Amino acid sequence: MGEGFAAALPANAWNWVAVWRRNYLAWKKVALASILGNLADPMIYFFGLGTGLGIMVGRVEGTSYIAFLAAGMVAASAMTASTFETIYAAFARMRDHRTWEAILYTQLTLGDIVLGELAWAASRAFLAGTAITIVAAMLGYAAWPSVLYALPVIALTGFAFASLAMIVTALAPSYDYFIFYQTLILTPMLFLSGAVFPVTQLPGPFQQVARFLPLAHSIDLIRPAMLDRPAGGITLHIGALCMYAVLPFFLSMGLFRRRLMR
Amino acid sequence: MSTVAIELTGVKKSYGDKIVVDGLSFTVAPGECFGLLGPNGAGKSTIARMVLGMISPDAGKITVLGEPVPSRARLARMRVGVVPQFDNLDLEFTARENLLVFGRYFGMSARELEAVIPSLLEFARLESKADARVAELSGGMKRRLTLARALINDPQLLVMDEPTTGLDPHARHLIWERLRFLLARGKTIILTTHFMEEAERLCDRLCVLEHGRNIAEGSPHALIEEHIGCHVIEIFGGNPHELSSLIRPYVQHIEVSGETLFCYAPDPEQVHVQLRERAGLRLLQRPPNLEDVFLRLTGREIER
Repeated sequence: MGEGFAAALPANAWNWVAVWRRNYLAWKKVALASILGNLADPMIYFFGLGTGLGIMVGRVEGTSYIAFLAAGMVAASAMTASTFETIYAAFARMRDHRTWEAILYTQLTLGDIVLGELAWAASRAFLAGTAITIVAAMLGYAAWPSVLYALPVIALTGFAFASLAMIVTALAPSYDYFIFYQTLILTPMLFLSGAVFPVTQLPGPFQQVARFLPLAHSIDLIRPAMLDRPAGGITLHIGALCMYAVLPFFLSMGLFRRRLMR
Repeated sequence: MSTVAIELTGVKKSYGDKIVVDGLSFTVAPGECFGLLGPNGAGKSTIARMVLGMISPDAGKITVLGEPVPSRARLARMRVGVVPQFDNLDLEFTARENLLVFGRYFGMSARELEAVIPSLLEFARLESKADARVAELSGGMKRRLTLARALINDPQLLVMDEPTTGLDPHARHLIWERLRFLLARGKTIILTTHFMEEAERLCDRLCVLEHGRNIAEGSPHALIEEHIGCHVIEIFGGNPHELSSLIRPYVQHIEVSGETLFCYAPDPEQVHVQLRERAGLRLLQRPPNLEDVFLRLTGREIER
């Protein structure tokens, strides 16, 4: 078992790039539709909630509601983009199209494949999150140049959520199970993490829960960057996101080994 | 360069109570075509996957191109090409893109790939389909593209799991011709098949499997000679058991399979004489083949 697990780890620091490039080539063929699809949903929330609710809510934490919401939508779009890429597209490549099996005939290991998929999902999340950041900045809801600090956080957020979703992909018998992850984990997380209203509005116990949620850590970094405010606990937030990126990676690799290499 | 391409020693694998591979040992020499012949469920695909290091055996030792498997399977796979039982090409890519993407998994540079892809497309007779999406290719073309893909890293050893299953006879013959070409160029091939003709035509040596055990091993010719060694008459259209007692004194051995009687007869003329008077019987006399060997060894026909 130990020896087998070691053989499944990433073989080196660059093998994953070939997997990333495979996905990029496939994506390029449908890029326009994909970008529009990635953007439409968060944009609708951004403008729908931002302008509509904004009128009733007034100012939140010393800024307009729509400017407050912008950071939440950026983080949430990174979360959804990398999650969907992992639970639907990567799952299809792993199970239906047997793409992973074909890759395992080469000198790549299971770890190389999972790492390449995570990097790819994080790239898609980066693209989605950055596009919304740019729109928000053009409309004056993000401060320049401090907004630049948000960009690496978007990528890290994508990595963390891809890694978490990889566990779900490794365990799910079929597509039907993904809806549970979306409705029972991701949607509540959106409301518990301060994306649409401040965490301080939550009852005490929920505020405690929020401290452990990856999306909350992501928003706590992105919001100050977009509003040009000093951020607190940067090391803690980055550390937590890194943990959410790294630990599920190893766990999902073990699960995939059990699923695919028996 | 090691003197054996593949060596299995006492390899066992079971899933729960089901023993799939049961103490299997064999060696494959460099440059030979070695066949694993057996019905569905004999453990052929499991063995192929173990050779690639994709399944760990419960017991026993596997060495591929001098590397212990599965611990150093990755290094072995650098010099191995694989043709799987089910096509797993990238359907949204063109034939050329499939080769390009696959070559990158071996760490090949754009320049190296540019040099090798045209000759592989030519080898697979797919020059005119280079920029066609895989989804548009026929079954035979997909198989040939899979074969070309398996050659991208110029492997010493090819592992093929049922390479022509599901193909029409024309497409199958084209694959066989391509494989003989590769053997002539010194490649080693291990293939699994339940297709006797394939085994007879391609394999230098083969191992007949039943329930994960090696029940016979040798060249197709030697196996046929050893286990049959005489003409075969297939008789159908009568009551097999009644006929069997009638002609038993004149033949070496009889197998009944379904409603067909297989007679192994050193002197076929005798059998014809005995059955001359019987109307409604159909007799087919032919040289023995691997199908007869399998029937003789297991008492049943190979399932298709």
